[in-house]
Amino acid sequence: MSTPFYVSPQQAMADRAEYARKGIARGRGLVVLQYADGIVFVAENPSRALHKVSEIYDRIAFAATGKYNEYESLRIGGTRYADLRGYTYDREDVTARGLANLYAQTLGNIFSSGAEKPYEVELLVAEVGESPAEDEIYRLPHDGSIIDEHGSVAVGGNSDQIGSYLGQRHRDDMDLGEALRLAVESLGRDSGGNDRTLTADQLEVALLDRKRPQQRKFKRLLGRQLAELLDGAGTPAPAEGGGEEAAESGAAPDEGAAGAEDGSKD
Amino acid sequence: MAANFHDQGRLPAAFLRPGSSSFLDFLSDYAPERLPGGRSLPPVEGPVETVHGTTIVAATFSGGVVLAGDRRATMGNMIAQRDVEKVFPADEFSAVGIAGTAGIAVELVRLFQLELEHFEKVEGHALSLEGKANRLSTMIRGNLGMALQGLAVVPMFAGYDVERQRGRIFSYDVTGGRSEELGFAAVGSGSIFARGSLKKLHRDDLGEEQATTAVVQALYDAADDDSATGGPDLARRIFPIVAVITEDGYRRLTEDEVSGIARAVHEARLQLPNGPQAPVL
Repeated sequence: MSTPFYVSPQQAMADRAEYARKGIARGRGLVVLQYADGIVFVAENPSRALHKVSEIYDRIAFAATGKYNEYESLRIGGTRYADLRGYTYDREDVTARGLANLYAQTLGNIFSSGAEKPYEVELLVAEVGESPAEDEIYRLPHDGSIIDEHGSVAVGGNSDQIGSYLGQRHRDDMDLGEALRLAVESLGRDSGGNDRTLTADQLEVALLDRKRPQQRKFKRLLGRQLAELLDGAGTPAPAEGGGEEAAESGAAPDEGAAGAEDGSKD
Repeated sequence: MAANFHDQGRLPAAFLRPGSSSFLDFLSDYAPERLPGGRSLPPVEGPVETVHGTTIVAATFSGGVVLAGDRRATMGNMIAQRDVEKVFPADEFSAVGIAGTAGIAVELVRLFQLELEHFEKVEGHALSLEGKANRLSTMIRGNLGMALQGLAVVPMFAGYDVERQRGRIFSYDVTGGRSEELGFAAVGSGSIFARGSLKKLHRDDLGEEQATTAVVQALYDAADDDSATGGPDLARRIFPIVAVITEDGYRRLTEDEVSGIARAVHEARLQLPNGPQAPVL
């Protein structure tokens, strides 16, 4: 019969934090930048189907790095929460702040309960406002703390280096093409200081575009449109109206749907 | 109460449980009392006096489908509201129009819109048009208990099928029975007259403008013979709601566009009160 070793609470927490941080650092990086017309999410993600960035509600998006199955269940939980809240009260009553608090409680609970293994995830919840000053970005590390961010944020593997690179070069009034190219440059820097060039098919890019006429502001940038913006040829504003980008990528019209209650305005 | 999701300060286990991509399934599991059909009603004597919406018509044309509704809501023999809306976008490529008990209809539409949006967000792509039509069927069936107490809701669903590249129309009965309609359809108290009218006017090769004019003619005919259906109200500038769905998505015609059509139809009726005439043979 073995006697259990005594482990101090400090040591137990430090071990759990280290475990989670290591898991997160194995994932590829993800950055979020404010630009003149909204918020852009750029992740290094070769998969077309397993998303790191997703729509939660009209003006709110979710991005995550770490273990896919863990953040996927948090994403679906958040979507259920937002939809239930909007159905119970009104669409306006769904806010990023509320959602971020809920995630913070959930992650914090899991982290400090001895019964579950800590989640190896880092989340971002962002809401686009009427102007850049009203944009909200919350970063939620594995332990349930919550950080109110502004400008640019990097999470996942190599995030310190990417974050400081971004911090020096980012401006809130960048146009979409500039912001996107800066994001891609920063993601391409690895810890050895070597630069890699990331191409359109290694990237997952999505926007919360406050200029979008629909009630739902989330939109994925795909295919030709993304490649053109990365090339920087004239940086055309993303064409509105859905049709072409959906047809080109062969995807279902997932970024097109007009806000359900708002279609009358279109 | 189970639906108080703040009680523990964190997402309840039900929210994080893997499972269906359907909001309806989630709600029936988590807070069934919030479903339109999830309430138990006390027994009542005789019919309940509620606000009713009346006539909805739909017609296909080459490249899409048009769905239109009059604006009158009645309670018994009273006009309850003159500018009620009974045609709603369901998502980017579909619309739903509702005849029957207005209160429950609006609730059902909100839930249906959410059901389609929720699926799209969770799965990353939209349901097929057939799938959307079937979801609506399930929801009507859920309301059957109330329908038997006189609170019936009868929708019409129309959308552009991106796969098949054409407009399609689905009609329903109170039990959720679903049938696809070819060419044109109508529901509500004025539907008999509207359907007769469309039968004479509709052809498969109509253009968008002709189709929108045909549905306004049909609503005019319904209002002509059914007291619960409202015609275009030129004095108050209240015109039918006309929605067009094509490969570009859902578009509701502006008030100016509909008033143009409605005025043209009205002008012609001043000469020929029974409307356009089809040849006898």
